[in-house]
Amino acid sequence: MSFRRTGVLSVEELARLGIIPPEERMKKKPVAMIECPEEVPCNICVSACPFNAIRKETLYSRPRLEENKCIGCGVCVVKCPGLAIFVVDLRGEDALLTLPYEMSPPPAKGDKCLLLDREGRVVGEGEVVKAWSYDSTWAVTVRVPRDMWLHVRAIKVVKNRA
Amino acid sequence: MRGYRIEEHPILKFRRGRVVKFRFNGVEVEGYEGESVLASLYALGYRVFSYSKTGRPRGAFCMIGKCSSCLARVNGVPNTRICIEPVRDGLVVETQSGLPEIPSETHGDVSEEEIEADAVVVGSGPAGLQAALTLAGHGLKVVLVEEHFKLGGQLVKQTHRFFGDTAYYGGVRGFRIGELLAEKVRASSNIKVLTSTRVYGFFAEGYLGAATVTGEPRHYLIKSKYTIVATGASERLALFENNDLPGVMGAGGAQTLMNEYGIRPGDRAVVVGSGNVGLIVAYQLLQAGVDVKAILELRDEIGGWFVHAAKIRRHGVPIKTRRTLLRVEGHDRVEKAVSVAVDGGYNPIPGTEEAYDVDLVLLAVGLQPSYALLGQMGAVVKHVPELGGLVPVRTWSMETSIPGVYVAGDLSGVEEATAAFLEGELAARSILEKEGLADGGRAEVLHYLWNVYRMSPVLERARRGKLSVTLSEGEMEELRRGAG
Ligand SMILES: Cc1cc2nc3c(=O)[nH]c(=O)nc-3n(C[C@H](O)[C@H](O)[C@H](O)COP(=O)(O)OP(=O)(O)OC[C@H]3O[C@@H](n4cnc5c(N)ncnc54)[C@H](O)[C@@H]3O)c2cc1C
Ligand code: SF4
Ligand code: SF4
Ligand code: FES
Repeated sequence: MSFRRTGVLSVEELARLGIIPPEERMKKKPVAMIECPEEVPCNICVSACPFNAIRKETLYSRPRLEENKCIGCGVCVVKCPGLAIFVVDLRGEDALLTLPYEMSPPPAKGDKCLLLDREGRVVGEGEVVKAWSYDSTWAVTVRVPRDMWLHVRAIKVVKNRA
Repeated sequence: MRGYRIEEHPILKFRRGRVVKFRFNGVEVEGYEGESVLASLYALGYRVFSYSKTGRPRGAFCMIGKCSSCLARVNGVPNTRICIEPVRDGLVVETQSGLPEIPSETHGDVSEEEIEADAVVVGSGPAGLQAALTLAGHGLKVVLVEEHFKLGGQLVKQTHRFFGDTAYYGGVRGFRIGELLAEKVRASSNIKVLTSTRVYGFFAEGYLGAATVTGEPRHYLIKSKYTIVATGASERLALFENNDLPGVMGAGGAQTLMNEYGIRPGDRAVVVGSGNVGLIVAYQLLQAGVDVKAILELRDEIGGWFVHAAKIRRHGVPIKTRRTLLRVEGHDRVEKAVSVAVDGGYNPIPGTEEAYDVDLVLLAVGLQPSYALLGQMGAVVKHVPELGGLVPVRTWSMETSIPGVYVAGDLSGVEEATAAFLEGELAARSILEKEGLADGGRAEVLHYLWNVYRMSPVLERARRGKLSVTLSEGEMEELRRGAG
């Protein structure tokens, strides 16, 4: 079933749309994944990226990432109004995933969190390793099991009740 | 006063005013200054404020004084829309049943004022604000009339960042765009702003009539060379059993409660309709701490943009396509909602019912242009399904069949804020050109609107619709001769 019916991009669709970065690239540096598959009239990401790594031919064409220019800084993650951009870092043993977050409670380094996939299913537990915000949207970097980097797309922050 | 008040919100900070005490059906209750009577009562858990002639309970629906679902008696005055009536110390509020009697005393004299201006702008959404600012920026005297107490139209209720072009506030949160433009409007000495004031009609002598909707009764007669009508769109209703039960609410009503007043509209919700409005409202409900059980969509595809759908799917909200709401159940408020699958002809398939234990049903089944004022003025309108209903026929300059009367924004056909900004600017620049104040910007705006912005495939329907009601100057002249 297509993402137009489900609201979920399947791994096959991600691959077909060229959203999954090449493996060699992933080993070098963190990199953005722009999960914005439709031709929407929006160009926020283009001017958001300080390294000019995102291109759009017209206001509405699909955004394209120039992977060699992207350093995985996460600025686009907090600025995209569609909350459609994620940054993956596969250099270490665990995967690090940076995702946008606009829910309560606010995240903080060290918080435990439930890891949710594109359908909101709990697929594991993770830990917040970094969190910063811009205009009330957080970029949260979470440690996720290595085989889950392509699946985790949201978190539920669990606060330790002291 | 916890109740339904939102204490922690990821985007909004609610500054609550002084505590005020008033009475509701004999019970002393508290609210905060700056809230409407209904908002204060809703926060405490009250849901029924009125009864119909046949005794059916009535609750909050639109929250902007448009639907008459909340008519109650305030200090003895019946038929008061308590959703827009400011809460005050010592008010006596009573539930109203059926049709009231004419009150024995009416208070307050209506004061009258006559205003002359170069242009009147009706409605202060993105279209009206942009139009007023453009005209005033070139030295024209403008009167901006808005029936809400705040300027901004739909922008006021939107917590999310808007899409679009960074040149037209893309990437900025809706309510911030509203604040930004409202500030500019207030700072302009060329714009006279009338809030809480509704333009109710047009007179043969060339005056627009306007009257305050709350507060001091005041009546205005406004004469101007040009008029820009930007009254936006209003929400549609859906048909199902018990759709009048308190707890069934328009998407906009819920947004007003949670995003303007900081009050949770319910604990558990079902949203009907998966267009952008339904998807965005569902996301805002999650942010307000409401458990969204499902979004129902009649068609076999999600109506809105994928990115909006993905935002809520990843938080576990299912979007159930080919499903609609069959009925809601409950004594004097929603306690349960029942959905049903539909076949290819959208007929319910028996035996496929699904029940949800919810106290809130949000309708997001589409908007229709608010053409009432333009219709009364005598503008030629046409039914265009792609644009949400009846819309005025206009020229490329946004002039209607009435010379000097322009249209902009959702009223000209439901679209997006960017289109509303552009149309507002286009109408204003067309007027400036007529006045000999042009600086060449008009052609650029026209080009950008049609040849850049509207070329996006996701806007194809709207583009087609708008093309079908846009005439050349010559064609409009012909229409005017025929209509006259
Ligand atoms: C939930 C939701 C989310 C949205 N998200 C986006 C988005 O992300 N990006 C985007 O581009 N667009 C978005 N939109 C659409 C956008 O908000 C509208 O297209 C836009 O606000 C239309 O502007 P407007 O000026 O025509 O009308 P409105 O904003 O509706 O303003 C009309 C104003 O006119 C006033 N009025 C009406 N009648 C009278 C009268 N007789 N006298 C005086 N005043 C009157 C009303 O009170 C209102 O304030 C969203 C809309 C909704 C409902
Ligand atoms: S992660 Fe940083 S460098 Fe990469 S595309 Fe986003 S903003 Fe640009
Ligand atoms: S900013 Fe986000 S929604 Fe807009 S085009 Fe870029 S990726 Fe898509
Ligand atoms: S008029 Fe008050 S809720 Fe609609």
